This record gives sequence, C-alpha cells and structure tokens, in this order.
Amino acid sequence: MIKAKDVTKQYGPKVALGGINLNIPKGSIYGLLGPNGAGKTSFIRIMNQITAPDSGAVYFGDRELKPSDIARIGYLPEERGLYKKMKVGEQVLYLAKLKGLSAAEAKSRAKEWFVRLEMESFWEKKVEDLSKGMAQKVQFVTTVLHKPELLIFDEPFTGFDPINTNLIKKEIKRLNQEGATVIFSTHRMESVEEICDHIGLINNGEVMVEGPLLDIRKHYMNGTYAFTTKDEQGFEGKDVLERDHVHTGYTATIKTDEYPSGLIQDLASKNQLLGFEEVLPSVSDIFIDIVNNGPKPWNS
Amino acid sequence: MNNPILLIIQREFLTRVRKKTFLLMTLLAPLLLAAVMIVPGILASMPEDDKAIIVLDEPSILLPSEGTEQFSLDYLNPSEFDLELAKQFLRESDKDALLYIPSGNGWDPDFIKNNVLLYGKEDIGIDLQRFIERQLEEKINNQKLIQQGVDPEVVTQTKTQVSVKSFTLGEEDGNEETSATPLKMGLGYIAGILIYFFIFFYAVQVMRGVIEEKTSRIVEVIISSVRPRQLMMGKILGIGLVGVVQFLIWVILSGTIYTVVSTFIYPEIFAQQVPMGPDAPDLSQVDQSNIFAMINSINFPVVLGGFVFYFFGGYFLYSALFAALGSAIDQEADSQQFMLPVTAPMIIAITTAMNVIQDPNGPLAFWMSMIPLTSPISMMIRLPFGVPVWQMALSAALLVGTFFGVVALAGKIYRVGILMYGKKVTWKELYKWLKY
Repeated sequence: MIKAKDVTKQYGPKVALGGINLNIPKGSIYGLLGPNGAGKTSFIRIMNQITAPDSGAVYFGDRELKPSDIARIGYLPEERGLYKKMKVGEQVLYLAKLKGLSAAEAKSRAKEWFVRLEMESFWEKKVEDLSKGMAQKVQFVTTVLHKPELLIFDEPFTGFDPINTNLIKKEIKRLNQEGATVIFSTHRMESVEEICDHIGLINNGEVMVEGPLLDIRKHYMNGTYAFTTKDEQGFEGKDVLERDHVHTGYTATIKTDEYPSGLIQDLASKNQLLGFEEVLPSVSDIFIDIVNNGPKPWNS
Repeated sequence: MNNPILLIIQREFLTRVRKKTFLLMTLLAPLLLAAVMIVPGILASMPEDDKAIIVLDEPSILLPSEGTEQFSLDYLNPSEFDLELAKQFLRESDKDALLYIPSGNGWDPDFIKNNVLLYGKEDIGIDLQRFIERQLEEKINNQKLIQQGVDPEVVTQTKTQVSVKSFTLGEEDGNEETSATPLKMGLGYIAGILIYFFIFFYAVQVMRGVIEEKTSRIVEVIISSVRPRQLMMGKILGIGLVGVVQFLIWVILSGTIYTVVSTFIYPEIFAQQVPMGPDAPDLSQVDQSNIFAMINSINFPVVLGGFVFYFFGGYFLYSALFAALGSAIDQEADSQQFMLPVTAPMIIAITTAMNVIQDPNGPLAFWMSMIPLTSPISMMIRLPFGVPVWQMALSAALLVGTFFGVVALAGKIYRVGILMYGKKVTWKELYKWLKY
C-alpha cells in the first residue's frame, strides 16, 4: 500500500529522517512505533504531503504519491482540533468537502456516522459546547468520512477516554476488515501490540526493524522460558527473572542460553510441572534490546 | 473535485459575515461616521444663548453701538460708576456680563487694547469674547487711522481681495485645466486614509484567523486536505471579500444617511461648509462656481482605478505578511513585538501624508509612492494631482512583484509556522524557516 524508499528529511541541522525504507502492506494494521522525536510524525506528514521529503520517494500502491491521493487518506494528527465557533455538522461537511466529497454525499455519510456513534444531538451544537470526549468522536468521524483507503492515526489514544478508546478501536477494526489499511503511530508501544499485525520500529530517523509483528517477536525470542508449577519448590538458587502466584499455581520466567532440558527434568522431579513455553518478547523489550545490542540479523 | 480555495473563501466569508459583531459593526460604523461628519456642523451652527452685557466704556469708544440681537450692550455712565461699583451692579442685575474699557491716561489706543476686561456671571463663551474683540479692534483701528490723519472710509474703499484663478498647463493650447488643488488634496487624503484603515483592520483579521486555526489545532487536519498556501490564500481572499462587502455597505449607508440628513433634516447647515478634521485641507477656498471645472480637471478613472488597485494591492501584501506572522506565534498576545516592524511603513506613510500632499511630485512623494510597503497609501494621495504614467506603472509593477515575492516567503514561513507549537519565535528563527 505504502512504500518508502530512502526517504530523508532534515529541518535545519536536525535530521528527522535519515533515509528510511518502509513497506506498509495493503489491508494491514501497521504500528509505526518509536520514542518521541524518532521521526514518526515527520514521515506521516510526508505521507500526507504536508511536507515533501528532501530525497527519496513514497509510493502509494504501485506509483509515486501524487497530490490527489490526499482524498484517499484519512489523517488524525496528534495535534488535533476543530473550529471552536463553528457548528459541528457544518464543520464535518466542510472538512469532507475539502476532501472532495459532494455536499449531498458528505451529508448522508455524516448522518450515518452520527447515528452509528450515537451523536445525532451534536449536529447543531457549536464545538466549544462539546465535551472533550464528544469532540474526539467528531474528529474521528471527520477522519473516516470520505472512506479513505489509508487511515493514519498519530498518537490516537492520548487524550481519549477509555470508553471512546474502545469504541474507536472497534470502529477502526471494522474499517480494516472492510479493506482499509490502518497506520497507528505511537510511542506507547504496548498500547497497539494487541491490535497491530505489522510494525515498524523507528529510532533517531532510522528504521530498526520492520515486518509482521509475530515474526519479529519470534525472531527476538531470547531464551526466556516461563514455567508453571504447583508451588515454589525447585526454583531455589535459580536465576528467576519474574515470579508470580497465579490461580493454577506458580509461574517463573528464566533466561537460559540453551534449551532448558536439565531444568525441566529437575523441576519435574522436585515439583509438579504444569507447563512451560518460550516467552515472546514485548515490542518495548525488543526496542530496548535493539537499542542496547543492535538489530539481530535474520537467518543468513 | 471541489475547488479547495473556493471552499475556504466561502467558509472564511460566511463565518465572519454571520457573526453578530459583523452586523453591528456594519450598521454602526456608518452611523458613527455620519455622526462625525454631521455633529460638528450641527454644533457649529448652534447659537449661544442671548447675552446682555453692561459696558463701562470710559473712553466712549464703543458708543453708540447697541450690539447685536444676540449680544445686547447697555452702557453705564462712567461719571457715576467705577469698576468696583460696576461689578457690584452686575451682581445685582439680571445682566450676564460686564465689559470694562479703561481710558487710561490720555486716550492711548495701545493702553486700551491691552487693558480691556470682561467679567461674566458664568464662563464667558467664545463667541461673546470674539464679538467684543472684533468690535473693539474695528473701533480702535479707526481711531488710530484718524490719529494718523487717514479717513477710515478711504481705507475701507481701498481694501482689495485678490482671487487668482490657477490653471494646469496642458500639452496643447486649449487644454488648460482649472487647478483644483484643495479638492485634490481632500480626495487624495481621504482615499489614503481609507486604504490605511482597510489594510490595518482586515490584515490583522487574517493574522487572527491564522492564530485561531493554530491554537484550536485544526490546522493540521486542514492541510492534510489542502496545500498550506491554498489555505493561506483562501483566508486572505475570504477576509478581503468580507472587507469589500463591508466597505460597500458602509459607502452606501453613509452616503444615504448623509444625503438624507443634508437635504431633508438640516439643509441650512449643509449649505455652509462643514468643518472636517483639523488636518483636513480647507475646502472653503473652493470657488463654488468653479467646482465643475475642478472636478473635470481630476482624472477620475485613474483615481478610481488606482484606489481599487492600491486598496487590494496593499491589503494582499500586508495580509500575506500578517498571515506569516500569525503562523509563527501561538497566541495573539505574542504578536506585539512582530507587529510594529511590519506596520511601521504604513504608519510612516500616513504620518508623511501631509508632506506628500504639499509637494506631490517631490522626492519624498516619489520614493514613498515607489516603495511597495508605503505606495498603496502614498501613491493614492498623489494620484488626484496627476502622476506620470511611467511612475504609476513602476509603482504598480513593484507592488505586484513584491506581493508575489512576499507571498512566496510568507508561504514558507506559514508552512513551517503553523505546525510549530510552544516555541518562542525570534526573527532569526523565521529566517531559518525560509530555508526548510
């Protein structure tokens, strides 16, 4: 859907993007992850053609991004707002028309969305009279109203209340199932782990790792095993990373360099071994791992 | 595909025109303007109350004048009254004022003129004071003439008033135009001031609009649909359109009010000259019979065309600058430090307006009407006096060229500025943005 080739962007002396390559597959829910200042927003603004890259190119489908593509993108920026003095309905229509919808089309779609998200009563209200949660719903509707093929959310869940967060996650999943490609950009990596199927990790304007989320997590498995036993017996003297009492018994994670067959036998003899598995690292673990040790080469 | 600039113009226009303050301003401003034009006329024509003045005229200089209907004079006998008694008399009488003219030693007119006293029960009105002064001046003048052995009648008869008819010499014979300097001064000055206010008022609104979009954080949503420059131009055009509509309504309403008041309600006042501002050129010198010749001497198509051109040219130039300013700051309160350098040229243009009027083809007028930041005002002031075609063309070309240059630069600053939050911006910073 979106391919970035050697995209660079510099603001004065500051390098925001140092030649990044990304591939955002069609139909994916893609997490663009990285700490603040990593270059996420710079790249998003290039996709939205708010700024142009200094060099390199971005491809939309199989050809380079062109101005009319903005009608195919829905973008909810991190710094988002609405005209305070304008009425909600009028404003939604205005933004939809700017995206190229006809007045009639915009109106019928807006009404549909307002019913779906239970916000019909907002239509005649001024934005300044809305609560923050209500305004967030309006912003979401303006982002998706023109049925974009690509949806981009920059730090989508900061400032959203939990009810709206769930509602909007649900709606985004539905839009994804209907064919839209979704990009989530956030520095809170844990917040999108459950929803994304692809991720790209960015730091200091460079892509550190990119691909299907599960593949990456498997790739970065580092010999951490979780054991579930009846109780604590048998773990004495072992280097336990985390331990916890759970309803089935006791769990502990242990890191080893090789397959822990000795440990399994040992535990099985001293305790009741209920289960064991190799642990998938979380995205933030992977991020820290890469920052500290560099990327782990793929089989070659 | 909808044209985004049109949509933006439409929004900018409608949201402003539908505001209550717009309606209020649009209706009230002509009333205020009309009041400014009409009230001084009415006030000036309002007579002071009649006053009765008692006069202690020791040298019998005013006698036997009985004053006028408004100011009646009654004389006390100088052999029965001195100043103290006369004051006492004023207190007890129903008269309004006491005029004391001392004779001094030996009837010296210079002594008299310096020692006349006027006492009033209340403050002495300016009209009364003038009336007394004029009366005494005339009498003392005559007295002095007689002392010099000159018959005052002769002086009156020899008094001459010269009224020169001035012409502007055309290229050919028969092409001479009646000079209409006062009319031209008035026209240029008023047109210049209108442009000044228009630029100030509406260009600042452009800045406010930009700041509003920035502080409400809608701007990034908008520019993911339209180019930043389209947003900027749409805003400038939309607000300019509001200005034009408001201006036209003002012209029509003011004209209507003025006409109604002057022809139906106070016709007698408007037959006289209405005083304008203290700075305004004195139009009373205009010989009424010549007025049509004068009007004909002004090239109205050029003046009107120039007005429209500089009206918009000035507005576009300044509003682009103000848009860039607005984009660079987070809230209006921060705008002050940047406003002054930008508005300074306009303020200079308006403060030098009188110098330009006095010498409309001099070096100051020439340069001020060439520099694009001042030309909308300064050239407008010069236009009624007639400006060589090459100067008009050069001034216009410079303004248009500068406009495109400024839009390009302002657009760059704007593009960066609108996405920059929470940063105190300096001039150096703005300069850097030009290169992003």
